[in-house]
Amino acid sequence: MSAPTTLSSPPFDVVGGDHAKLDAPDRLTGVAAFTDDITLPRMLHAKILRSPHAHARILSIDTTRAAALPGVVDVVVGSEMPLTYGVIPWTPDEQALATDKVRYVGDAVAAVAAIDEETANRALAFIDVHYEVLPALCDPREAMANTDVLIHEDNRHGNISKRVKLAFGEVDSALAAGDSEPGAHRIAGHYEFHGTTHAAIEPHCALAHFDTTGLLTVWSATQVPHYLHRELARVLELPTYRIRVIQPAVGGAFGGKSEPFDLEFVAARLAIKTGRPVKCLYTREEVFLAHRGRHPFSMDYETSVDADGRILAVSGETVLDGGAYSSFGLVTTYYSGQLLCSPYSFGAYRFHSTRVYTNKPACGPKRGHGSVQPRFAIEVQLDKAAHLLDMDPIALRRRNLLGANSTTINGFHIGSNGFAACLDAVEASSDWQTRRAKLPRGRGLGVAGSTYISGTNYCIYPTDLPQAAVQICLDRSGRVRLFTGASDIGQGSNTTLAVIAAEHLGVELADVRVIAADTDLCPVDLGAYSSRQTLMAGNAAIMAAQELGKKVRKAVADHWQCSPKVVTLAGRRAQRLDDPAVFIPIQDAFVLAETAFGTLGSVGHYNTPRSGVHGDYRGGTIGASPAYSFSAHVADVEVDVETGDVTVHHIWAAHDCGRALSPVLVEGQIEGSVYMGVAEALMEHHHVMPTGLGLEGEKEPGPWVSGLLAGSSLLDYPIPTTLDTPEISALIIEDPDPRGPFGAKEAGEGPLHPAIPAVVNAIYDAVGIRIDCLPVTPEKVLAALDALAAQKGSDDA
Amino acid sequence: MANLPDSPSPLAPAAPPVSPAIQSPDRPVQTSLLRFELNGEAKTVAAPAHWTLLEILRYELRLTGTKQGCDKGDCGACTVQLDGKPVNSCLVLALDVQGRTVKTVEGLAVGGQPHPLQKSFDKRGAAQCGFCTPGMLMSAEALLRQKRARGDEGIETLEIAEALSGNLCRCTGYTKILSAVVDAWRDKP
Repeated sequence: MSAPTTLSSPPFDVVGGDHAKLDAPDRLTGVAAFTDDITLPRMLHAKILRSPHAHARILSIDTTRAAALPGVVDVVVGSEMPLTYGVIPWTPDEQALATDKVRYVGDAVAAVAAIDEETANRALAFIDVHYEVLPALCDPREAMANTDVLIHEDNRHGNISKRVKLAFGEVDSALAAGDSEPGAHRIAGHYEFHGTTHAAIEPHCALAHFDTTGLLTVWSATQVPHYLHRELARVLELPTYRIRVIQPAVGGAFGGKSEPFDLEFVAARLAIKTGRPVKCLYTREEVFLAHRGRHPFSMDYETSVDADGRILAVSGETVLDGGAYSSFGLVTTYYSGQLLCSPYSFGAYRFHSTRVYTNKPACGPKRGHGSVQPRFAIEVQLDKAAHLLDMDPIALRRRNLLGANSTTINGFHIGSNGFAACLDAVEASSDWQTRRAKLPRGRGLGVAGSTYISGTNYCIYPTDLPQAAVQICLDRSGRVRLFTGASDIGQGSNTTLAVIAAEHLGVELADVRVIAADTDLCPVDLGAYSSRQTLMAGNAAIMAAQELGKKVRKAVADHWQCSPKVVTLAGRRAQRLDDPAVFIPIQDAFVLAETAFGTLGSVGHYNTPRSGVHGDYRGGTIGASPAYSFSAHVADVEVDVETGDVTVHHIWAAHDCGRALSPVLVEGQIEGSVYMGVAEALMEHHHVMPTGLGLEGEKEPGPWVSGLLAGSSLLDYPIPTTLDTPEISALIIEDPDPRGPFGAKEAGEGPLHPAIPAVVNAIYDAVGIRIDCLPVTPEKVLAALDALAAQKGSDDA
Repeated sequence: MANLPDSPSPLAPAAPPVSPAIQSPDRPVQTSLLRFELNGEAKTVAAPAHWTLLEILRYELRLTGTKQGCDKGDCGACTVQLDGKPVNSCLVLALDVQGRTVKTVEGLAVGGQPHPLQKSFDKRGAAQCGFCTPGMLMSAEALLRQKRARGDEGIETLEIAEALSGNLCRCTGYTKILSAVVDAWRDKP
């Protein structure tokens, strides 16, 4: 059952207004407390000992010498918390601290609590661990083929973590039509998406306190307090009511803080053991090792288009390099194929995706989970098709529009669909036709489109309970208190919910106080992932606010002896619609309502629609969403043919978010997404040294440990500075969806997708080379230019 | 806190099998008395000789507005002003601030009112998670103050971008940050 939604029309009082974030002043003055800013009396500091081997059996762990050091208060090893966990309940393959085996360089084996961090750090060297080193598997294809070395020995499928094979329609014959039909084309391409990581500027941090009543409180830089709460209960073997999880201000997450990590278990366990508060803060190196970033994908795609540019069939075969643990990998494997079937209509489609365990930091969800990589492949495939057909690439995309109120070939129901408007907007803003015709060699324009989900239809564990809930209280001074389990990780979800409540209850935005992400105070929300909160928590907020609004209007109407239908709440007033001269301040209206109905509080919840929104085949629910966002980008790129350097001058990014509840925040999500996508195309690479080799490309073994991370600092893993970031034009498209609050859909992840293929397609437009293996480096550009020149030379000869 | 050069990385090989008594971690640490001006007030702090300015600020003085993102000088989240110039406080030894002037984000407000940069960052939505923001503000304030001292009339996006290029932001794509600095320069937040 889905909660009632409002799809009223503008003008609104608060929705769509030019307002800043509620909590910005605290963040601009250094007042906002992030987890590491919290200090408790008698607090200890914990550090974690990590494996120097990519793959090894633990023969023994002796903590005696470390425990004896002055300043060390306690030590913890894995046998104290042996139960396995995993954010996806079907794949619990992790332990808080390893007991039998380590599976990547950086796997946690023991931890120390000491009077200060320096002492804890030093004590780690006095923990004696004896390992039997095992062969490390760092290449997914090698790991897939190897049946002698098993990374998870109890896994029934060797080193394969998940395999998904789905087909829709007559794929082989539709693909063959690309060869046989006159004017049609069949395009085969091999694409490599390297791994990238989130690199939030705030490192992970957890603080735990075990009080005299037996309550464990864990403050953590997490984006999923609810899932952390569940897993803490499981691993620490405590009932959930004895655990309270609080998420303080979070300094960026992007998917990198969406599951439990070793530090939360370690801090909690040591707090219980010592009776003192324990904090554990990752170093930047540990953030890179914790990872859960974007999977490397090795993709083989085939696409057939007819002579008019219609997509006859798409077939994708993908190997996902999963790293050492499952993380969200089951979902990633489905998403790698399931999220590709929009915004274009496919005649037939199949995908075959295999996620493989390797002895590397585990991959997981990063902004645009599982679908950024295949989106790169398909958008380049379509660009190749347009050039073969001598069609404008925007025109080719228009020819394949899925449209609103449609069903994708894999059975997802699409409601509102602003993709055509996104294409129009980027075509017009970039002056595509004129600019493209005038560009000199070395400069090019590229286009790409995409879609994304506004939350997933199902929780990651089986339940029919609500996915989001909001409680609202009105107080006698005309203020509103809103309690939500949703996680504001900088994207502004607290502000978004306040906008919704303020709109319904007739107060100003600043009159709403949001209390969020505290499992003792707030109702359950599944957290900040899958771009779910605006739609789901937003609908819950509407439900709660509507109930209170009704009471207030009824009380005021009784006072005025009129119908509640002519009472409106807006601008800190209750006012008669039929006689605007009659009004009272909103606090007086709240007082009338409290007098009439008693203390004013309400709860709202949201559950996703379950019927008619997805196919009924196995896996058909994974990737289905209540509403889908759409994006289109045009990139203006310059290639230096002497150095191979690529400069992105400008990205025009149009995004259909349904309704921009806070346009400044939506623009911020678009701009941040574009920045991150461009960086993944050109700069960033979470690179792990392959087995037995030195630096990439070197034939001789280097002095490197197998499975060692190449860049574990923000210098060696360069993220863009102000000087590396292109000019970005964020264009908001509003195609309201009946399932969204005021029509709103997601904005946080969708706008990343097209940036990467738009840049790569622009490089082709600029100099005629295809870089199908990311990231685009000067070396690859120069090699491709050389190959192109050689090809031309032989053609001329 | 810092990864000190002599503290082993969690990935480093284990310590040699010697008795803890020989390699006792509580070897004597030299402590010095530091006197410096912090946000307009005189401060006296007892500082371990190897601590950084960032550690003094966050862990001794509890001024947690200054953030630690990498502790290696790569991210700029810990930027404060030393004698009016932006520095990575994680790369400044605390002893080096003896007798000098330090300003942090907590000292940015003017006469109890938000600094024009704080107002323009707020209005523009230039802070998303806000973790890089204190450092970003300290770099931007130094730029604007230097420009006003030089008597500059206009402001170029490129000079702002250069001045902020040591401050990494992962949320915003910098677009709104650059606009906010221009607004503050024109003092019309």
